[in-house]
Order: sequence, then C-alpha cells, then structure tokens
Amino acid sequence: MWIGQSEAPVEATQETAEGGNLTLTWLTEIAPESWPGWLLPLIAATVSVVIVIAIVAVLALVATWLERKVSGHMQNRYGPMYAGGWHGWLQPIADGLKLFQKEDIIGSGTDKVLFMMAPGLVIAAIFGAFVAMPLAPDFFFADIHMGVFFILGMSSLTTIGVVMAGWASNSKWSLYGAMREAAQVVAYEIPLGLSLMVPLMVAGTFSLIEASAGQSGWYGMHWYIFQNPFVAPAFLLYIVAVLAETKRAPFDLPETESELVAGFLTEYSGLRWSFFFMEEYAAMYLMSLVGAVFFLGGFESPFTAMSRDAFGDGHLVTNVVAALTLIAKSMAGILLMMWIRWTLPRPRIDQVMTVGYKYLTPLALVCVIGAAAFEGLWQALLG
Amino acid sequence: MANDPNSSVRFHPEYRTLPGGEREYMMDVRTADLEINMGPQHPATHGVMKILIRTDGEVVTAAQPHLGFLHRCAEKIGESVDWMQYLPYTDRYDYLASMNNNLGYSMAVEKVLDIEIPRRATMLRMICAELNRIASHLVAFCTYGIDMGAFTPFLYCFREREWILLLFEKICGARLTYSYLRIGGVFNDAPPGWLKEVGHFCDVFEEKWKDYRDLLLLNHIFVKRTADVGVITRQQALDFALIGPMMRGSGIDFDLRRDIPYLLYGEAYEDGAYKIPVGKGEMGQVGDCWDRTWVRVNEMMESIAIVRWCLENIEEGPVMGEIGKVLKVPPGEAYVGIENPRGELGHYVISNGGKIAVRCRVRGPSFCNLAILEDIMPGTFLADAVAIIGATDVVIGETDR
Repeated sequence: MWIGQSEAPVEATQETAEGGNLTLTWLTEIAPESWPGWLLPLIAATVSVVIVIAIVAVLALVATWLERKVSGHMQNRYGPMYAGGWHGWLQPIADGLKLFQKEDIIGSGTDKVLFMMAPGLVIAAIFGAFVAMPLAPDFFFADIHMGVFFILGMSSLTTIGVVMAGWASNSKWSLYGAMREAAQVVAYEIPLGLSLMVPLMVAGTFSLIEASAGQSGWYGMHWYIFQNPFVAPAFLLYIVAVLAETKRAPFDLPETESELVAGFLTEYSGLRWSFFFMEEYAAMYLMSLVGAVFFLGGFESPFTAMSRDAFGDGHLVTNVVAALTLIAKSMAGILLMMWIRWTLPRPRIDQVMTVGYKYLTPLALVCVIGAAAFEGLWQALLG
Repeated sequence: MANDPNSSVRFHPEYRTLPGGEREYMMDVRTADLEINMGPQHPATHGVMKILIRTDGEVVTAAQPHLGFLHRCAEKIGESVDWMQYLPYTDRYDYLASMNNNLGYSMAVEKVLDIEIPRRATMLRMICAELNRIASHLVAFCTYGIDMGAFTPFLYCFREREWILLLFEKICGARLTYSYLRIGGVFNDAPPGWLKEVGHFCDVFEEKWKDYRDLLLLNHIFVKRTADVGVITRQQALDFALIGPMMRGSGIDFDLRRDIPYLLYGEAYEDGAYKIPVGKGEMGQVGDCWDRTWVRVNEMMESIAIVRWCLENIEEGPVMGEIGKVLKVPPGEAYVGIENPRGELGHYVISNGGKIAVRCRVRGPSFCNLAILEDIMPGTFLADAVAIIGATDVVIGETDR
C-alpha cells in the first residue's frame, strides 16, 4: 500500500506528521503478531536511515563525477576518462577508496574531540535534512508539516560543524575560514528564508508534498513561479542565497583556496575531509530539491500529468515518473551551480556581506510584501 | 605596529578607517593583532616566497616579504663558469621569460665584445622575445584569475601558451629553458614554415585575446576586486623605482624598448608598429591592480603587433655573428638593460680578457618591484593582499636568483 496525502485530511492544529513511514506500514503488514511493539519502529527507522544515506551518498558521488566532467568540458579538457572505462564513471569510487586509505592526521595542537566530531556533525545534519525530503509523491520517510522549516534548520546546523572544525584545527587559516562561514551564513540565512517565504505564501503549506501537489494544474505546468509575479525574482534571490549557504563559488569564502589555503579544511585529510566534501554536494542537491519543489513545480510536469492520466494517481509508474522529474529538475539546479562556479571570480568578504545585507535582504522583503499583496488582491477579486 | 606613527595607515584609538573609507568604531574590546605567515607554501605567493602579515580581523595592518627560499647563487656561478656556459643559468631566473633572460645576458656580453649581429638574427630575437613576453603575460594574467577565484581562464590561457611553447620547441628543441638567443646571434635559423606558423598564431591569438579580456578582465566581479585596490601613486612608483607594467600601470609612460631602444625596437616604433599601453584608471584610480593587469593584457596585443612587423620585414641572411669557436672577451665592462615582461632586466658584466667573467651581476625586475608591498599592503583586506601580490607578478626564481 502506498501512503499519500490522499489519506485522512490533516488538522491544521496538528503538530506531528500524519503520513508516517512507508517502511513501518509495510512492516506492520508482514510482521508476525509475536514481535514486540517497539521492534517494528526501530527496524523501520534503521531501514529508512540506510536508504537515505545510500541515496544521498550515491547522489553526492554522481555529483562529484559530474563536477569533474562539467569543469573539464568547460575548460577545454576531458576530465576523468580511465577509471571504469566509460568516461571515467568509476572515478568517484576510486577517489573514495584513495581517501579511505589515507592517514587520518590530527595535529598535535588541535582540540581533538571537536576536531573529530565536526565532520560527523556536518554530515549527520545534512543527512538528517534529507529525511524530510519526499522521494516520490507517495514514497517518503517523514511527511513533516513543517518540512521546509526542518530542512532549513538541519542544513544550518552544518555551519556549526564548520565553525567547530575551524576552531578545533588551531590553525589561523582555518580560523579565518570558520569566522567567514559564520558571518556569511548569518547574512544569507535571512534572504534565503525570506525568498522561500514567497512560494510558501502562494502554496499555503510548509509540507513539501502538499506544496508539490499544489502545482499540478495546467497539465503539470502550474508552477508557483508562474502563479505569482513575485516568485520569479524571489527565485533569483534564492539561487544567490543558496550559493552562499552551500559555500559554493563564487561565495566559497570559507574555503577560498587562493587566500586561506583551504580555509576550515586546511588541517583535514582523508575520510574526514571527504565528509566535508560530501556534505557540500549533498547540500547542493538538497537546496536544488527544495528550490525545485517550491519554485519549479516539484513532482509536477507534463510527463507526470500524462502518466497520472494513463495509470492513475498513486500508481507505481506515476511515482517513478514524478521522482525522475524531481531529480531532473534538481540536476538542472546542480548544473547551474557548476556553471556559475567555473565561470565567475570570487568577490571579497566585505562585498559578500554588502550584497547579503544591503541588497538581498531588502529585495527579498519587497518580494514577500509584494507576493502577499498580490495574493490578497487576487483572493479579494476572485473570492 | 598598528599605531606606528610612520605607518601609512592611521589607526585612531577610537575608530579605524576601513579600506572602503568607512569608519569602524572600536567598542570596549580591542582584539590583538594576528600574525600569519603567508607562505612559503601558499597558493597566492606563486612560489616559495613568504609574506609575514599582521591582521586585525580581515584588515592587514602590516606586511613584510621574506625572500631567499629559492636562492641558487646564479650571479656567483656567472663568475665561475665560461661566458657561454653561463647562458643556460640565465634561463633559470625568470623561468617564464627565458628568451628575454638569454637576450639580456647575450647583449651585455656582446657589448663588451663590440660585434655586429646579423639583421635576421636580430629579427628572430625580437620574434622570440615578444612571443615569450606573450607567454609570460598569459601566465601572469591567468594566475591572477586564480587568485581572484576564477579557475577556467587559467586553462584557456595555458592553451595558447602551449602553442607558443610548441613554436619554441620547433625552433630550438626546448619548451622552458631555451638558451636559444646566444652571444653573437641565435643558435640556428627558423625551420621551414616556422615564420608562417607564427603568423597564423598571431591571427588566432587576436581572436582568443578578446575572449579572455571579456571573460576575466572586464568581468564585473573581477573589476570590483581589483579596481581601487593596492593603488600605487605616480610618486610612489618613482620613489620605489618600480619598472615594467607596475610602473606603467601607475601612469608613467616609460618603456625601454622605445626610450632606450635595443635590437630593432626603435625602428619598429618609428614605423608605428606598436604603442606603449599606460594605465589610465578606467575602472578606478590610476595605479590600482586593475590598471596593472590592463597594461599586461594590452601589452600582449602590442607584442603581437611587433611580431607581425618582424614577419613583414624579416629577410634572408646569416643568424650568427663572427665570434669564433672559443669566445675571447676583451677587457671591459658593460651594463645592458632590456625590457623583460616584468620590467628592466639588467646585466652588468666585467671582463679582464679571460675566459671567465670577473663580475656578473643581475638587476631583477621582480625583486625591485617587490619592495613596495610593505608600503601598499597595510590597510587593505586580507583578500586584497592576495590581489596585490598577484598584480605585482613576481617570479620567485628571479627575486632570489
């Protein structure tokens, strides 16, 4: 049985999720009566976590390979070509194995506990954020009412890990990287949240599945970006804020390999370093997914609408098409980020702060007010 | 250091003036300055140079370059080996412009020898020196892009540099340390079709050059990062005896190729073959980092013009003067300064009539241009320090020799 929002309507005051966990429902159906009650949620949670980690890890690996290929082709070269035969598709695995074998260097002057904890915190936070992300309209692990709120909160937690890493490294370059990360994220959290407020107001929900379902009109093209004139500028602000939030060039100030050697990453090596690396790609993917859901139609596209007509809502094929639609949209977002990274120079830290505080935040506020006025006017006119 | 009355930056006890001109007021907490070693292994120093930087937050309050990590006693070697044997060592000081180094040393020795260089050899020298200047400026420009965080122009510029290196490989067999321009002329004549290929390179490079200019030099973020940063006034440039693009960026119209002409540069200038680009402060003030980069980028095009002039005027003939099998240099001394991509490269040699030089001294442009860092860096942001080092375009092999 597929679980979706088509089940019992949700009370507005209800705090916890209604939809529940697919694995748990499935387990409840097949498990013998003799199993104790606490065992099923435990197994369900473990299975879900393993699935999320596997999916995110694979996506991050694909993204690293893609980045190397995209940058290579932009720069008049091929990128990886040997590992695995076809265009070096096994290169990320080879990289991972190499990093796994490397010595785990922990400097003598470091704060060892924080130093070792930081990569774990970073990667746990980003994986945690993915839990609230639906994989298909009827396939999700936690349909949280405050889904997008949860995702933003969890992804902001990675900042703590980065600051921890920079402080614990006991290196001046790392400290600079950490301080820049803190300053930058504080400056860009506000425009990020405000620019997401615009489609949220149009959608009228924090739940990602409901938000996606709200764009199914016009044969799958009734995206929020077309529903309100203020969503499109908010989307541009969202892109800029996401670049800063995920530490992607041109806002990779915490890392700035030409100024700060490697910023907060300077003292890390091997697997711990690769955790930060994976977090960056996972965060890119997460933010692209959120952007796709709230601006670009989410699961909805003409293909989804077609398969829904042919197979019906909740059918397996419809779900697969919807999932592929979302993945395609987020991949477009990732490619855009890569394109920007390999094209633009990097602004200075004070310029980054100026853009964040002086331009993005007021513009985002204007978008929020404009979208609210437009929605109010629309409803007043059309009842 | 922060409150040093001699420092060019004034720190008021209650507020400090940020590089943008705003005032930042000090509250009850005054944090200590942080002392950082930028280098010897730092991506921004382009080699093994160390810059000791004092910072107050993101603001640099003092900076001091430390040299000598790449010292190889080049000048002493010049006094220990044969005249001709020293030539390969000159390749090694400014390894991005080896042709120009060869030229400087050869001309100094030729001045003591007082011999005539065949016209075709002079033309080939000019073509090689100018192509090498383009290659060197390409590296300077694209690594500056990396300093600013733009990685892609780096590989584009290296594609064209690769072509120049292939041309050099065809004419002398080496890609980096040529020893092609020798005392008396050049090692050998250009192979058949080489000059034609150089002409083809000039045509292609002209198109590519426009792309690089639009992609990086005129990029809005790049302009914001470099304009009004590290301003060297005209007076400062004179005081510190800056030379080359560093000086021309500050609005001083001086180029050894035109003002103290050597080879056939004077003739080429009279023919109107090339101009000397001088910084005008288009994007900010005269003498900022953007102006210096602008001068370098435009010099590439002027070099192309000089190469084209040479290709038009080159004629058949010998490529080596009469210097005999064993080089006998009469007693005497000579100083010759030539326009290296980084400025005036001077060689001073003294001969007592023997097989070995008595004195062999080098005036390296990177070394002379580096001194000003200490003066212009305080009061800028840490990221600007990187921009200033990049715009200085130092080659550590030459500062340390």
